[in-house]
Amino acid sequence: MKKVYCKPESMTDIEHKYCPGCGHGLVHRLVAEVIDELGVRERTIGIAPVGCAVFAYDYWNFDVTEAPHGRPPAVATGIKRVLPDRIVFTYQGDGDLAAIGMAETVHAANRGENITVIFINNAIYGMTTGQMAPTTLLGMKTTTTPFGRDKNLAGYPIKVCELLATLAGTAYLERCAVNNVKNIINTKKAIKKAFEMQKENKGYSLIEVLSQCPPNWGLSLKESLKFVQEDMTKQFPLGVIKDIYA
Amino acid sequence: MKPKESMPKIVIYEQKCKGCELCVITCPKKNLRLGQKINKKGYHYIEIVDLEKCNSCGLCYQVCPDVAIEIWKDK
Repeated sequence: MKKVYCKPESMTDIEHKYCPGCGHGLVHRLVAEVIDELGVRERTIGIAPVGCAVFAYDYWNFDVTEAPHGRPPAVATGIKRVLPDRIVFTYQGDGDLAAIGMAETVHAANRGENITVIFINNAIYGMTTGQMAPTTLLGMKTTTTPFGRDKNLAGYPIKVCELLATLAGTAYLERCAVNNVKNIINTKKAIKKAFEMQKENKGYSLIEVLSQCPPNWGLSLKESLKFVQEDMTKQFPLGVIKDIYA
Repeated sequence: MKPKESMPKIVIYEQKCKGCELCVITCPKKNLRLGQKINKKGYHYIEIVDLEKCNSCGLCYQVCPDVAIEIWKDK
């Protein structure tokens, strides 16, 4: 008997504190697998956000630092410029990246920093129990939009990949999901490509991952997987948004 | 953290499992189910229905958010 699938070396034994069915743990594992496959564990530095993934440094078995809310791209810029041989990536949610950290995100992308951003888009504020996020879909019910998001009151959901695609500094932008096995495998490929590009000094890359949040959406697991597949992908179409080397 | 079976095809780390049932709806052979027992976090955890039926395809590992599943295969 031979072990074919097991916990990657880049993950610790600590149990995740996420809710059952959350996509964060999945993306943590995909990042860890990619780092193992590229053999860069010893020289990887991750930057954890404020939000549900705030304890990411406990789960990864490589160097991870914590940044103030929304500032991981600024911290990553500093680390990458001082230590250019390291693989530097930020791991951010939609509240961190698209709300409070939008300025840092846009400017880091515009400067074309050679970093990788893993962006978890679950269309809601998870850690603070389900308020409206900038990426919340129109008509979606949250605790701060109990009658559904109204475009006259709260505007439209922000498409981060499309927004950053207009900037000359970005090299690779792709949107993926983790709602079924096929999408999970595609997400891993995208994350691997982004890290490889950083290794080759090809510039700024961002992988947006559509992730389910069953407790805060108020849906069962099956319903939330369906919501990602049918509603979220309509607003946020999957695929490569920009690849200047394609 | 002890493996559940001594000669496993699939090892379920019951203390890590949160019973989200992603693996249950993904298993092509419908060979996983939510068990009656509760782990120290208070979740019902996943158990395998019939070990003989498992062909180590690894789809349950692919979807598990808590890396609670380990897959073994003959060569």
